[in-house]
Amino acid sequence: MSSFLSVRDLKVHFPTVDGVVMATDGLSFELQRGKTLGIVGESGSGKSVSSSAILGLHRKSSAIVSGEIWLDGVDLLQISDEEMRRRRGKDVAMIFQDPLSAMHPYYTVGNQIAEAYLVHNNVSKKAAKKRAIEMLDRVGIPQPDRRVDDYPHQFSGGMRQRAMIAMGLINNPSLLIADEPTTALDVTVQAQILDLLQDLQKEFDSAVMIITHDLGVVAEMADDVLVMYAGRAVEYGKCKEILTHPEMPYTWGLLSSVPDVTGDTSAKLIPIPGNPPSLLNPPSGCAFHPRCTHMDKVPGDLCRTEMPELVPGVSAGEHLKRCHLANPDEIYATEILPEIAPELVEEK
Amino acid sequence: MDQTPTTEPSPQGEGPGTATVAAADHEAPRTTANTKAVLSVENLKMYFPVKSSGLIRRTIGHVQAVDGISFQLPTGGSLGLVGESGCGKSTTGRLVTRLYEPTAGKIEFEGRDIANVSARSLKPLRREIQMIFQDPYTSLNPRHSVGAIIGAPLAIHNILPKNKILPRVQELLEIVGLNPEHYNRYPHEFSGGQRQRIGIARALTLQPKVLVADEPVSALDVSIQAQVVNLLQSLQREFDIAFLFIAHDLAIVRHFCPEIAVMYLGKIVEIADRETLYSRPHHPYTQALLSAVPDVKQAAIGGRRERIRLEGDVPSPINPPSGCRFRTRCSLAQEICARAEPPLLQIGKRHKVACHFPGELGHHPEKPITPRLLGVDDTGAPDPGAAPAAEVGNDPGFSDTWFDLERRSMAKA
Repeated sequence: MSSFLSVRDLKVHFPTVDGVVMATDGLSFELQRGKTLGIVGESGSGKSVSSSAILGLHRKSSAIVSGEIWLDGVDLLQISDEEMRRRRGKDVAMIFQDPLSAMHPYYTVGNQIAEAYLVHNNVSKKAAKKRAIEMLDRVGIPQPDRRVDDYPHQFSGGMRQRAMIAMGLINNPSLLIADEPTTALDVTVQAQILDLLQDLQKEFDSAVMIITHDLGVVAEMADDVLVMYAGRAVEYGKCKEILTHPEMPYTWGLLSSVPDVTGDTSAKLIPIPGNPPSLLNPPSGCAFHPRCTHMDKVPGDLCRTEMPELVPGVSAGEHLKRCHLANPDEIYATEILPEIAPELVEEK
Repeated sequence: MDQTPTTEPSPQGEGPGTATVAAADHEAPRTTANTKAVLSVENLKMYFPVKSSGLIRRTIGHVQAVDGISFQLPTGGSLGLVGESGCGKSTTGRLVTRLYEPTAGKIEFEGRDIANVSARSLKPLRREIQMIFQDPYTSLNPRHSVGAIIGAPLAIHNILPKNKILPRVQELLEIVGLNPEHYNRYPHEFSGGQRQRIGIARALTLQPKVLVADEPVSALDVSIQAQVVNLLQSLQREFDIAFLFIAHDLAIVRHFCPEIAVMYLGKIVEIADRETLYSRPHHPYTQALLSAVPDVKQAAIGGRRERIRLEGDVPSPINPPSGCRFRTRCSLAQEICARAEPPLLQIGKRHKVACHFPGELGHHPEKPITPRLLGVDDTGAPDPGAAPAAEVGNDPGFSDTWFDLERRSMAKA
């Protein structure tokens, strides 16, 4: 076990009356302490389902989870519920997307943060509250000794998210999963929270998984990126590598469909046609083929009939892609880049 | 005589060439900016009363959601309105569509003030000004079929006889890129992006001149956002609709709107064409806002811009800070900022900023530029020697003279 977190062939299937929903289907990745992994994808691509599986949040009666999740030498899928409960919130913690619905409105913020500490540590309530105040102070809430007795509705959106982070980090978890931590926030608050997460990560040397649909957030935070589509990884590698030399048409689509604040305003947005596929009945072959505009460059009917393997990309380095295209780097450089960032082409 | 060296600028110029240029300059239309505005908003205010709890609910204060904003929307053009939550941008959209009646100010639509017209005379107005809502899941009635939703405006305004409504609905469905045969389906049968298209079709039904788009794409998936933005752009070109585009996503607004206003706590702090606003912002808030946006391409080529950290949260609009509302979080704030409110001063051809110390990042002036206009001294205390200039900052359009920051005086185009 060289990696701190190592997920292998993770599958999360939900049996329903209409058939099996394959929310995550064979996901593998690794993460070291002190590093950040960004998981990108649309809603329904399996990002959140996979991270809930790491926390052991899927009920055995409704979901079939298989594969291996090694955290610090222990396979989280093999341990008992009791053992998992002891680790959850202590070794692995999660920050949820919507802090208003993730907090209980009837309990004070301090109460909820202290509870996370009390569960895992044999200390008095007083000591736990003191620790909660410490954490609130650490995440930058002014006058923490007074705000600790406030209710969630008395906090602003940014402060609630800070409180959630305080709750997540109170036991110094070695793995922190942040599920869309800034989606509900304004840009200036988002910048504050991202800075805070980075500072705290350095301080505690935690491994961080950031789940988001915002490539900008990934670009600023992540060391590695995993692009997910229809429950599978379609591109995985070093963040810089993937943002500069993406080799999978879905990643191209993600990059070309969002405008940025510095680029050419006359550059067109190229949307990805169609809608995300149903996981109940995923398309045959490559799951992205019904929305892919580069299918004609693959000989025969390969995209429709055969699922491409996750193989090393054309460019050197740690970069895996799931695509049949033989020369994606060429297509990207000649067709995609001039459309989305003409200013970068001229530089070369 | 032409060769005579002289330090004085000769009134004749140096030759016929320059003389004609000067003449042409003089004859240039004086008010290029103020022509053809379909919508003109002047000193608009919206105060919501805050009531005390208890049996007798007295008004104990006001939320100053929108506090004296002025802007113009050109015919067939777009103006972007950006700012953080609670800055009053959505309230502005609702005022323009007259879903609220403003506390004060003027909203001129095609030359007519609609700020206080009665509910009865609003009905024809609704045909001209329509709205696209943020959340496609809550803005469509789940019990009505798509055909009924899109056809409702036609029936309400008695525009088409009943038997002609369906063909028009199908035509609209086709325009927004949906299958015309799906008119009898219900909203829950559509995805988020498709629902937003239904909302857009409904807004287009009456062929409005102004569309207020309140966060039209923020509830959608990234890959779908581009589809909807492209649809809105092609509709604007095709039907010549003016857009008031409200969003918190600075990149989308920059992509969509040639002119953008930045709001903070109920006020416009800076308004400019997009090139100026995004490359040379002069207000410290705009600068902080822009530096906070994560940028994929920048990060991809290795560069990472310095973020300007804004401390704390936006103050409460019930009791906003005195003077400049941004001063509590501003690194430039001085005494004058607490005492005097900076006017929205025009400092370029299409550029207005409300700050005592406007300047590009790192080049803010040492001394405030506004005291002479406001009749105060450099600390903001009233100066008996100076006479304040007439009302500055409430003109909705741009004039062709403005305050030149370098020369500290009024300049001309």
